[in-house]
Amino acid sequence: MAKIHISTSINGEATEFLCEPHETLLDVLRNDLQMTGTKEGCGSGDCGACSVTVDGRLTCACLVLGVEAAGREIGTIEGIGSSDKLSVIQEKFLEHAALQCGICTPGLVVSTQALLEQNPNPTEAEARYFLAGNLCRCTGYDKIIRAVLDAAATMRGAA
Amino acid sequence: MSEAREFKYIGQSTIRPDGFDKVTGRANYGADLNLPGMIWGKILRSPHAHANIKRLDTSRAEAFPGVLAVATHSDFPSVTDQAIESGEGSLTLLDLARNVLAKDKVLYHGHAIVAIAAKTAAIAEQALALIDIEYEVLKPVMDVREAMAAGAPILHPDMFTQGLAEKPTTASNVATRLEYKMGDIDAGFKEAEVVVEREFYTPTAHQGYIEPHACTVRFEKDGQSMIWCSTQGHFDVRASTAKLLAMDLGKLKVIASEIGGGFGGKTTVYLEPVALILSRKSGRPVKMIMDRDEVFKATGPGSATRSWVKIGARKDGTITAMQGRLAYEAGAFKGSPVMMGCMTAFTPYAVANMYIEGFDVVVNKAKVAAYRAPGAPQAEFAVEMLVNELAVKLGRDPIDLRLQNAAKEGTQTIYGPKFKRVGLVECLEAARDSKHYQQALAKNQGRGVAAGFWFNVGGQSSVHINMNPDGTGTIVEGSPDIGGSRASMQMMAAEAMGIEPGRLKPIIGDTENVAFSAGTGGSRTTFATGMAVIEAAEDVVAQMKQRAASMWNVTAEQVEWVDGVALNTAGEDRLSLAEICASADRTGGQISGRGNINARGAGPSFAVHLCDVAVDKETGKVDVVRYTAVQDAGKAIHPKYVEGQYQGGAVQGIGWALNEEYIYSADGLLENAGFLDYRIPVASDLPMIDAIIVEVPNKFHPYGVRGVGESGIIPPLAAVGYAVENAIGVPVTDLPLSPPRVFNLIQGKG
Amino acid sequence: MAVVDYNAPQSVQEAVALLSGSDIKTKVMAGGTDLIIQSKSQTIEPLRVVDLKHIAEMMSYSLDGAGLSLGPCMCCAEFTALQDVKALYPGLVEAAYLIGSTQVQGRASIGGNLCNSSPAADTIPALIAIGAKCLIVGAGGERTVAVEDFVTGVGRNCMQPGELLQRILVARPAPGSRDAYLRFIPRTEMDIAVAGAGVSVTLDSQGVCTAARVAIGAVAQTALLVSSAAEALIGTQLDEVAVANAAAAASAAASPITDRRGTIEFRRHIVGVLVKRATLIAKERAQASL
Repeated sequence: MAKIHISTSINGEATEFLCEPHETLLDVLRNDLQMTGTKEGCGSGDCGACSVTVDGRLTCACLVLGVEAAGREIGTIEGIGSSDKLSVIQEKFLEHAALQCGICTPGLVVSTQALLEQNPNPTEAEARYFLAGNLCRCTGYDKIIRAVLDAAATMRGAA
Repeated sequence: MSEAREFKYIGQSTIRPDGFDKVTGRANYGADLNLPGMIWGKILRSPHAHANIKRLDTSRAEAFPGVLAVATHSDFPSVTDQAIESGEGSLTLLDLARNVLAKDKVLYHGHAIVAIAAKTAAIAEQALALIDIEYEVLKPVMDVREAMAAGAPILHPDMFTQGLAEKPTTASNVATRLEYKMGDIDAGFKEAEVVVEREFYTPTAHQGYIEPHACTVRFEKDGQSMIWCSTQGHFDVRASTAKLLAMDLGKLKVIASEIGGGFGGKTTVYLEPVALILSRKSGRPVKMIMDRDEVFKATGPGSATRSWVKIGARKDGTITAMQGRLAYEAGAFKGSPVMMGCMTAFTPYAVANMYIEGFDVVVNKAKVAAYRAPGAPQAEFAVEMLVNELAVKLGRDPIDLRLQNAAKEGTQTIYGPKFKRVGLVECLEAARDSKHYQQALAKNQGRGVAAGFWFNVGGQSSVHINMNPDGTGTIVEGSPDIGGSRASMQMMAAEAMGIEPGRLKPIIGDTENVAFSAGTGGSRTTFATGMAVIEAAEDVVAQMKQRAASMWNVTAEQVEWVDGVALNTAGEDRLSLAEICASADRTGGQISGRGNINARGAGPSFAVHLCDVAVDKETGKVDVVRYTAVQDAGKAIHPKYVEGQYQGGAVQGIGWALNEEYIYSADGLLENAGFLDYRIPVASDLPMIDAIIVEVPNKFHPYGVRGVGESGIIPPLAAVGYAVENAIGVPVTDLPLSPPRVFNLIQGKG
Repeated sequence: MAVVDYNAPQSVQEAVALLSGSDIKTKVMAGGTDLIIQSKSQTIEPLRVVDLKHIAEMMSYSLDGAGLSLGPCMCCAEFTALQDVKALYPGLVEAAYLIGSTQVQGRASIGGNLCNSSPAADTIPALIAIGAKCLIVGAGGERTVAVEDFVTGVGRNCMQPGELLQRILVARPAPGSRDAYLRFIPRTEMDIAVAGAGVSVTLDSQGVCTAARVAIGAVAQTALLVSSAAEALIGTQLDEVAVANAAAAASAAASPITDRRGTIEFRRHIVGVLVKRATLIAKERAQASL
């Protein structure tokens, strides 16, 4: 099968890749672009481990075809924080011990950023429902939600 | 020994040293390694629950362009019935080989039969469709009662029940019968004035780790092979794979990637030996990843069980007799954790007369693997539900009744030892005094209390600590880090050495560069690997003192070590650790300390949970409105990670109690092999989980540590189950309490 | 089905041309949340995909005196944020909001939900309750079909090869007329509906119900418009007895199956409870809109 050439932008950086039409954006990120920060937990949109943004919209990379990235702005975990400085969300996750095995963490950080961009002052219930698509099996969600609400408060305070 | 000791670093919730990697996506898990020339492996799995393989022809698949290797069971050198230790349970090599790739017979839906390696995953998938295979479909047997009944289809014609008084002559699906007893059970019941008894059912439930099994392997012609995989025990992976493939241990390096959850389910092998065969036959590195469907179908869930329990007590609340019969599903091959169910079920209680019988039963489901305190949650569900029922019958508060009968120091256990100091009483008191327990219940709400016990284990751990000229150091240990244990290792070493934790970097060595370490499981890591870390750290300190002594020309006994500084008690000199390291080349070379131990003295961890639920009586929907998890940690090295273990275990238990179950068709096919219909709790399903850390130190660990990883999953089944019973006023016996089941109970349809 | 060919037409005409006379199986794609999963199934049948998201009118909406004209491919996250739409069709918006997680909301669309035609689709009972219509276009021209006639079976609808859903049309509700949608799932999120109920009621200034539509989902091969349930409400003040009758009618009209998501008995019972509860919510909203 002939590969298709795609020009896109990932985390603000112009990027090109070749992919087959059946590949999902998740396949492209992990296998063609070696960006393994985005994880595969289920491949069917049920776990949120592959959460990314497409033109600013939170979605599962396993539910986007790689070819759909053409002309779009893709946001992944690799674009959050920098090698100098973690984002507030990332810091709060560490501070609150909101991760144990860490496999769900990249997806949760991406989703939390989307949540707080949309709603800088979520209630506990709003945070829980927004993040319901991010499964975590280790923490029971308690410390994750505390980290999210603390990050929100910190970001509001700093604004 | 650590009663009321002041710690400098222990007990703080430090930022984990691997944290940056985890929150940025840099950490590398099982599926994250690619090697040059790598090809992809995929597996053909049985579409039937029980069938003989009449014909298998892989020639068309092998000829498909892009296919480089095919593997079947015949690629294993002949294996024996030898037992192999594999994480929290042992199984025979023969069974392991037949589970990894089926031999002549498929025993569950999803059972692996053929593996293909090809240039791309897509080609491998296409080639699977070209495998010619003919089955003779057999009737599957899908639950313990069916399996134990006369005339049941037999899975293994060579299985004769062990543990019976007379050796049987006909094959059975019951692999083993065992019993434990203490005192005189008949006398115990004669003494009883009140008796409760019931039968209970718990379903097949999966650990539900978010990261599927994955590995990248390379088999080299000179025999030097490498496996990179997501595992709780890379030394166990090495042992199992080497045995299956008749390789020397020294020729196989296993590197533990970061692991995205295990909970016991990653203490055995599925893909690794298969990938290695494919790599050997193709001459290329091979990557194999399970998709989510395969994880549910073909890895090892926790046993479904049927339990009968009977408890007798005097009117004054003294329990005089506890009796039980537990039947656990092992799945397709023998080896359920029924023994541990028998050993733990009554152990929270100091009761003179106990008798419990257990049956390990094979059925046409995936071979079970360890699931967090394997065997205990199921049995304890039955016991704790009945203790709550007994409390009502006696007109007693459920915590109070437990306090009256609680196991404590000196209590004789059914499985042998007498307890040393344990913290069940303290946990019960903390639960009783909690804010939660003082809260009044609203209409349509109910409350459940439950306790749980897990032994925790010690075992082999090896650590070396390598110091650098600038006074920093590396802690090399061999316990894959599932939940943040590296942070605790860092703190324990720092405490022993008297230096800032940030000066020490903990890493997980592979099977070639760290000495043997048993897997991460059994709640052993902070305890046993921690002890080895402390021993290694103390070895470093001893050597530091020697070096200082030699520089000052005094004896080592004249050197004191305080807060990371050597002090000459025979003079005024002092040397910091960093200074000693800086001059170490001149005093004998850089310093490296080690601790290679087989840790003994693991302290059991008791847990007590409280759960309040609200039930929508029109629909049977259950909401958890309040939850408290109390547990004895001995000494919490990193309190937030300890709380995290309590909360995580509680939520797995809540899921098991409310919605998680394997759903099979009449033909034994698994219908819900995905997160859509295998319903683990999501964030919006839960309230905050209050975690109360009780500390009754374990004197056999230098800092008092008790393992905490497992006990937290034991109480929730009955805490939730009884809360529902309390809310609806109808006995609960079967899990999960999904809305239809609760609705039927309310309607009186049972 | 493995996707072998991907197309992103810029106009409806272009899309229709791609759908007509195709050599291999061709499917349109909106958010892809059903299609991509289905395309990963074991049968390796080649699939051509026609992505409609680059066609402006498939992604836009208008709301005026006549009512709502909705591009079927607008993602639910965008649709459910439309305050003007929510004010008039709160039930439809809540149905759309229930589809999957936040991530799925960023892709899934009402059109996709409707055309996937699952018996358990959340938006279909809500669309039926408000009398929505499908504007279908093909090589032969345009036609309009009521949503309750659009879905014809499990995963099947009335569109012919070469046709696509171009707009979803809903008349503007009069004052006193509002809708509600409820579904039942075992958890709080992330489940496919065990049962669903969409109800729309119209009240006059005395609080008497002059019109009603009751639709139920996940309890038959397709979502059902239950006229007997509506009849139980019309002419009443939506009191306890009337609502109970409507609920009973809905339960009677249901013909559910037993599967991994629910049993026949449970589904039949639950859909009645949902109709009752949705009717009361719709009633409150209708009163507030007078």
